[in-house]
Amino acid sequence: MLTLLAVFAPAFFQPQPLLSLATREAPTLVVACGMALVIISRQIDISVGSQFSVCGVCAGLLAASGWPLAATLPAAVATGALLGAVNGALIAGLGLPSIVVSLATMVTLRQGLNLARQGQFVNLPDGVQWFGLSQSSGQGLIVGFAVLLLVALALAMRHLAAGRFIHAIGSDAEAARLAGIRPRLGTFLVFVLMGALTGLAAMMNVVQSPQVQPLSGLGLELKVIAAVVVGGVAISGGSGNLWGAFAGLLLLACIGPALTHLRVEAYWEKAIQGAIILLAVVADGIRSRRTGP
Amino acid sequence: MTDAPLLEIRSLAKSFGGARALRGVDFELRAGEVHALLGENGAGKSTLIKIVTGAHQPDAGVIRIGGREVSGLDPASARRLGIACIYQQPALFPDLTVAENIGLRLDPGHALRRVGWKKLHEQAAGLLRKIGAAIDPEAEVRGLSMPEQQLVEIACAVGTGARIVIMDEPTASLTQKEQHLLHAVVRDLRREGVGIIYISHRLEEIFALADRVTVLRDGESAGTGAIGELTERELIRRMVGREVAQIYPPAERPPGGVALAARDLGCAAGGVRDVSLEIRAGEILGLAGLVGAGRTELARVLFGLTPADSGAIELDGIPVTLRSPQEAVRHGIAYVPEDRRRHGVVLEMAVAENMTMAVHRRLFPGSWLRSSAERMLANGFVRDLAVKCAGAQAPAGSLSGGNQQKVSLARWLATKPRVLILDEPTQGVDIGAKAEIHRIIRRLAGEGLAVLLISSDLPEVLGMSDRIGVMRGGRLAGVLPGGSDAHEVMALALGQTAKGAA
Repeated sequence: MLTLLAVFAPAFFQPQPLLSLATREAPTLVVACGMALVIISRQIDISVGSQFSVCGVCAGLLAASGWPLAATLPAAVATGALLGAVNGALIAGLGLPSIVVSLATMVTLRQGLNLARQGQFVNLPDGVQWFGLSQSSGQGLIVGFAVLLLVALALAMRHLAAGRFIHAIGSDAEAARLAGIRPRLGTFLVFVLMGALTGLAAMMNVVQSPQVQPLSGLGLELKVIAAVVVGGVAISGGSGNLWGAFAGLLLLACIGPALTHLRVEAYWEKAIQGAIILLAVVADGIRSRRTGP
Repeated sequence: MTDAPLLEIRSLAKSFGGARALRGVDFELRAGEVHALLGENGAGKSTLIKIVTGAHQPDAGVIRIGGREVSGLDPASARRLGIACIYQQPALFPDLTVAENIGLRLDPGHALRRVGWKKLHEQAAGLLRKIGAAIDPEAEVRGLSMPEQQLVEIACAVGTGARIVIMDEPTASLTQKEQHLLHAVVRDLRREGVGIIYISHRLEEIFALADRVTVLRDGESAGTGAIGELTERELIRRMVGREVAQIYPPAERPPGGVALAARDLGCAAGGVRDVSLEIRAGEILGLAGLVGAGRTELARVLFGLTPADSGAIELDGIPVTLRSPQEAVRHGIAYVPEDRRRHGVVLEMAVAENMTMAVHRRLFPGSWLRSSAERMLANGFVRDLAVKCAGAQAPAGSLSGGNQQKVSLARWLATKPRVLILDEPTQGVDIGAKAEIHRIIRRLAGEGLAVLLISSDLPEVLGMSDRIGVMRGGRLAGVLPGGSDAHEVMALALGQTAKGAA
């Protein structure tokens, strides 16, 4: 597709729009990393979009009430971790299905936020946007940080025992338990990490504009789940890695701008995204049927 | 009544892969008789039943029903021919009422057809009355007890006009009183000319109920006889009457001190009651018993998977509590679970990753995976246990059953345990690999490990064990010295009555 773009819309490859695009997608990448871990452990979290909004608004309110950036950032991460812990406790602790739990928390958080804020924006004080840096260095910082996080998490998944435990839990939780691994604790921690990463991503999003929009995370869950699945992480758990999720997001993120450059109507974006997801899931289904029992 | 038997089976054979489950079984069921089917675990009883109900297709042999030869039996045609099977766990829909369940079974009907509720209820009530069951047809099946559910199954069988009723261990989970009720219903069926194939491990029940007995052994008929002509002793002899064909490696030296001791161990959730046993270092304690006798449950208690709620466990004389597998591992207990196809190894992961799964803490301080350490450990075990694989990086799913078992074993040997619990270590493993695993187990015991060997393979338990514990109904029915013969073990496992033992 990138070749297609290079031929028909060379303007796509100008550095400044590319950096802007990367900055916009950087928070999504951070959330997608967490989602990859969740799906590898054979769970799903569709409440990330709502978590993202709640964390963003919380961070904005704290900043507006005079908290310094150095305290707001950890607070956003902690808020996310707390929301993730609620999901994790219900899913791992009570053994409830993650799709139902996170559907419930998604709606609850979203409606709670609407009630509390009535759709109001939060105006941020000076010095918060781009971390008080210039726009280009702020953008560079965000993109660099997201990539750094991706690399660190991908290496951890490969080289830390915890990464292998997550794979084992997703492949066969009972086998993992018999091997002395604690699948419930593992699942809980994955959800906490998911929440913390969402909080971090929300913060990376907040600093990109002078205001916090309470609707900023709407539909985020679809995009990251799509990226992860398109990136070859099996929805049935156990296999896949973060590089795949990165590639998947890269593909999805390029569709919108590519369509603009190719002068195709923007309505096609979601349709094409959906088709790509379907294709990925079908391919995965066929593959697992062929190698399955 | 015609002269032809209801069901006649001649030279029936069936293989699964390389394993021959049935090798020429003859069986005959007459109208109006209760014909008991007896045999050890794996003797071929369930395979025979599954062929008669059409769940499996035989490889060879003849089945005649009412004198007419049938072939290509499938579950639907078996039902049409009047064959019904009542399993130990009734297969009813818990959220539907009794009448709805019976109606569904008798006539599933079309999806769009109207349901005749009134007729449905009358029919169900009539059938329940006929078999003498005091069950409300309006009741939801979820609220019924196990024997009541079995009665509903019987009502279904009667309702479909079944002439051949198969009952697979129907009384295994029933109380004495419920058993009597069920027996009365069975006798009623017999009086009406129904032929009943009755599978049970309880000899006293077979003597009380059956007219004839057929014993299966290693997939062959080991004789049929009228119940009046047989003694318990004779039945047991027929069930186990084979020689220990394989040569098992002998113990190299006498065992050491007591490594693991359990006193009055009980676990209500696992159905384990008052088990006291000792295993010495270097000793193999076999654990025999029928399926469902509580052997795996005992292993799960000792490994902290379902923690004990009464009694005490001592390791090397020191009392310990084992509330989780982590604690058990820390105290030097390892458990190689049964059914490795499902949970023994993670099939998607590499051989090496599977082998190091239980020792991450020791092998990788700071939890940073070092592939050199992993490779060294894995290659060591691959060589040591002669695991046949394309390399330590090959996925465990690509290995044969016996080699997967070795990977599972290696994972636990890597924890350097003092007590090793093996649950059916050679189930589904071919003969060659089996002998190899036996040698490994004996060698490990020779190195000072205390081994608890759970096995349904009687010759294996007899051949491998230094002492043999026998479980029955969640209790340790007795511990026999090594070199005991199969009769003694089976007598304990079956709960032979005083009359038969005399």
